[in-house]
Amino acid sequence: MSLELVIPILAAAIQSGTPILYATLGEMLTERSGVLNLGVEGMMIFGAFGAFLFTYFSGNPWLGLFMAGFFAGMLGLVHGVVCQVFQGNQVVSGLALTILGVGLADYLGTPYVGVATQGFYPFDFPVLSAIPLIGPVFFRQDALVYISYLLPLLFWFFMNRTRWGLAVAAAGENPAACAAAGLSPRLMRWMGVFWGGFLVGLGGAYMSLAYTHLWTNNMTGGRGWIAVALVIFAFWRPGRAVFGAYLFGGIMAFQMRLQAMGATLPSSLLLMLPYALTIVVLLFSSSRGKGRAAPAALGVNIEPGE
Amino acid sequence: MLGFRIAKRQEPLRWGSFFIFFAALALSLGISCMLLAIQGKPFMRALFMLWDGAFAHDYALEDTALKSIPIFLCSLGVAVCFRMQVWNIGAEGQFALGAIGATWAVLSFPNLPAWALMPFMFFCAAVAGGLWAAVPAFLRLRMGLNEIISTLMFNYIGILLMEYLVYGVWKDPASFGFPMTVIFPDAAIIGSLFGRIHWGAAVCAVVATLLSVFLRRTRLGFELMAGGENPRAARYARMPYGFLVMLVMVVCGALAGWAGLIETSATLNRLQPNVLAGYGYTAIVVAWLARLRIVSIAMYSILLAGLRVGVENLQLELQVPAAFAGIMQGLLLITVLAGQFFIWYEIQRVPGAETSGKGKKGASSTDGSADGGERS
Repeated sequence: MSLELVIPILAAAIQSGTPILYATLGEMLTERSGVLNLGVEGMMIFGAFGAFLFTYFSGNPWLGLFMAGFFAGMLGLVHGVVCQVFQGNQVVSGLALTILGVGLADYLGTPYVGVATQGFYPFDFPVLSAIPLIGPVFFRQDALVYISYLLPLLFWFFMNRTRWGLAVAAAGENPAACAAAGLSPRLMRWMGVFWGGFLVGLGGAYMSLAYTHLWTNNMTGGRGWIAVALVIFAFWRPGRAVFGAYLFGGIMAFQMRLQAMGATLPSSLLLMLPYALTIVVLLFSSSRGKGRAAPAALGVNIEPGE
Repeated sequence: MLGFRIAKRQEPLRWGSFFIFFAALALSLGISCMLLAIQGKPFMRALFMLWDGAFAHDYALEDTALKSIPIFLCSLGVAVCFRMQVWNIGAEGQFALGAIGATWAVLSFPNLPAWALMPFMFFCAAVAGGLWAAVPAFLRLRMGLNEIISTLMFNYIGILLMEYLVYGVWKDPASFGFPMTVIFPDAAIIGSLFGRIHWGAAVCAVVATLLSVFLRRTRLGFELMAGGENPRAARYARMPYGFLVMLVMVVCGALAGWAGLIETSATLNRLQPNVLAGYGYTAIVVAWLARLRIVSIAMYSILLAGLRVGVENLQLELQVPAAFAGIMQGLLLITVLAGQFFIWYEIQRVPGAETSGKGKKGASSTDGSADGGERS
């Protein structure tokens, strides 16, 4: 393939990988604090709706972006209430959250289906966009993509170099030890579900404000679930999450490009690609080895009185 | 200093799940009403319409009963999986594969007599659904692949596979471009049992009876129940854990496949995409609400089917989107999940800072635990 063909696909891969990257990092933060939240798909689409609604009525996409995070974070807190206060099963609570989030977005969004809104638009990043190859792929994107370049670094720095980050990780590895050190593992988990949800919501906002500029039902299309899978693939570390998200972005972009070029394969078969690839990618990421296992207390509630 | 403290009960609260369910139902209905009020709908009348549409007269009851058949079949299998701590959320995809399997049987052998065709359809639906569930089970056992993710991805793939078939090779040339197969021959259509209720109801009764006998009366059934309570202990007792995981998944896939077959054959009389109405996801809600108790599964299937039918009434009269049923299911599951806390824990009043005098204190609550409890 010639360069003129490859560059747009790579640029599109970055673009369609960005919402997955936000969602993956969000779920990763929640899981690092020890809470397994399978509600990502629900939080993401609820965030996408929040972003659409507030941008549509205020004309300010930054407000929409913030509200997306807030909406999804609130759903994360619902998960927190069920699991932290009421000791509910984390797997089932997450599934319920997805059912609820998808339902809420559908229900509240029905009057707006197909309505267009403001949002984020690509612009040339000064200086860097002029670099051949790298420029057109990475630096002719929108503001949310540029933010997402910094996010994994910030995530890594937070988790490994700050007191709070280490406390979050301790809550996920060993809540009792965390409490013995005078920290509150419960507080860390509340932070994990809210701010993790916040990031997932930003991924949703990307769908309604940058990827498209309108509201449609079911616009996340399973990206939340792919994010859950990518957290496992990334061994709960941000670096591999970037790789995974752009890999999926690439597959989605490629699949759409093939359809647009009138590929002979039927569209349903092409649409299967990302889902089949999720399974394949997970199969190739063996979780054995040092520093690759899940947080030890992932999915285990903190009993009252502990 | 008056405070409150959470302590573990030594025995589960008697009648707990019963009361908790009704409290949770009331709470989730209340929140749903608030959502309706936000959109300016008359929510009191909506509650009445919900009841009216689902349970109030014969036609509504028949609708509810018809919808509860696929939900019941799917959630029987899902509940067995959940009991084994196998998080199979792929009933929707297994349902789709069952519909595909049955349709393949009909389209390939349209001229078979009814006595041969119908059993063959049931066989094909069970094999297709069962195989679709066996792959994630295999991947979990051999490769350690999380079954939540894999069954979910298999849902998406199964649904797209069905769309590929009905939009493509199986499309009826006389359907004016609509994605549907030819209408099934009479021999392939499940007939009515009484009124609008078809023979699928009888299938439910037979399956429920067989499953109940299997779980209570056979060694394998006992191992299955024990394996779910404690997988590690089951392994030490040399129970065939891997085999049991495979078994529950295949059973669930076959049952969901039969649900797909019944919907395709009895309700639509042909395969078309709207055979998939999210029954597989509703089954997850039912399975968790009812745990393994088969009678409860039947009751909750009818209740949640009623919720769907009732929301259809709301759709018609108040222009409430169908997604409302999803919201109510999600809310119900969340409130029940939270309410189950009270089965195992109680909130005790603590007269002072000194708490060790309480007799009811459970074994696992530690001393000086007031900081973990809720204070008022």
